[in-house]
Amino acid sequence: MANKIRVATTSLAGCFGCHMSFLDIDERMLQLAEVVEFGRSPINDIEHCIDCDIGLIEGGVCNSENVHVLREFRKNCKILVAVGACAINGGLPAMRNFIPLEECLSEAYLDGIGVENAQIPSDPELPLLLDKVRPIHEVVKIDYFLPGCPPSADVFWKFLTDLIEGREPLLPYELVHYD
Amino acid sequence: MSKTITIDGNTIPFDDGQTIMEAATAAGIYIPHLCHHPEFTPHGSCKLCTVKVNGRICSACTFPAMEGQDVLNNTKELTDDRQLITQMLFVEGNHFCPSCEKTGNCQLQAVAYHLNMLDDHFPLFFPNREVDASHADVMIDHNRCIFCTLCVRASQEKDSKDVFAISGRGINKHLIINSKSGLLKDTDIDATDRAAHICPTGAILIKRTGYQVPIGERIYDHKQIDQVSLETEHHKHGE
Repeated sequence: MANKIRVATTSLAGCFGCHMSFLDIDERMLQLAEVVEFGRSPINDIEHCIDCDIGLIEGGVCNSENVHVLREFRKNCKILVAVGACAINGGLPAMRNFIPLEECLSEAYLDGIGVENAQIPSDPELPLLLDKVRPIHEVVKIDYFLPGCPPSADVFWKFLTDLIEGREPLLPYELVHYD
Repeated sequence: MSKTITIDGNTIPFDDGQTIMEAATAAGIYIPHLCHHPEFTPHGSCKLCTVKVNGRICSACTFPAMEGQDVLNNTKELTDDRQLITQMLFVEGNHFCPSCEKTGNCQLQAVAYHLNMLDDHFPLFFPNREVDASHADVMIDHNRCIFCTLCVRASQEKDSKDVFAISGRGINKHLIINSKSGLLKDTDIDATDRAAHICPTGAILIKRTGYQVPIGERIYDHKQIDQVSLETEHHKHGE
């Protein structure tokens, strides 16, 4: 096929569980590969998102790099999709929002059990943490949302095949879960 | 001949004194609701049961059925409004379904599923709220409270106690516990009280009963709330 649909994916403040669930479409991946090619994605290690049709974003926004990546996706994807609980409402990482950032860092790097050579990482290469973890719709316009922790493989399949075949994506009741 | 109203063009009977919600449920018509419960005095606070009566917006759970009413319930406009109301309920509290024991049995979640709510739309508040695990058998996670007052009503009307109340107004509204310390352990609530079991969300939970039913086999995992609601509430509003 000459013009394949370009799909980019990334995990921001997520656990890659949504990516694993996407891979659970198993042999249907071969069917998908006939009409889709991957742009930036952990699947192929392409580093930048350029001219893509669909961008799948897993995870919320917890640091400055997440914001840059998210904006690059928005700029370069015709359709941007929030995938999973963390992208939609911050999810589990957002449960740190109720603890001051300084306390989180102290617990992890200074006072926690078993910490050796206690110091808060400060390498300039490291992206700065945001005060709070935010869902991605607060940062850029999002076109579609796939809830679930993670969304099941069937959610990915139903959504992508609807979109690719030119239908308005519609998830039946059984495929809508927040857990 | 009994008196009638119409809901979405269907003629249904009602008895004097019935609300629109009661008449609808008796006739097998689901109107989404969270703060309404057939066994308790209507409260009219969650606004999910918003319907249009002769062109005017009303809460079906508090509005009396009257001859000649033309009620709109299942319309695109009302469904959109209800979805926005549900999204507001989600962003005002902290509703992390994957880490909540009530997931799959939660009416807030089930209503959101029913309305095909896929996102929160609004910026999230992430308010700082407390968990009260002081009581031996009952715990309260204020993060999940939607101020439906069902626990307040259940404690007063069924348990003949007065364990809960709502304090404050608007965005400062919150659930309070009627004890000097403000903690649940200093109240007379028991795990067998109706108030301990009435919460539509995961705000009030009984300790040591978690995850007895696995996720995936829970009430709303395969059944929509309209069906469950009519099955359990129909006879209470019926004849």
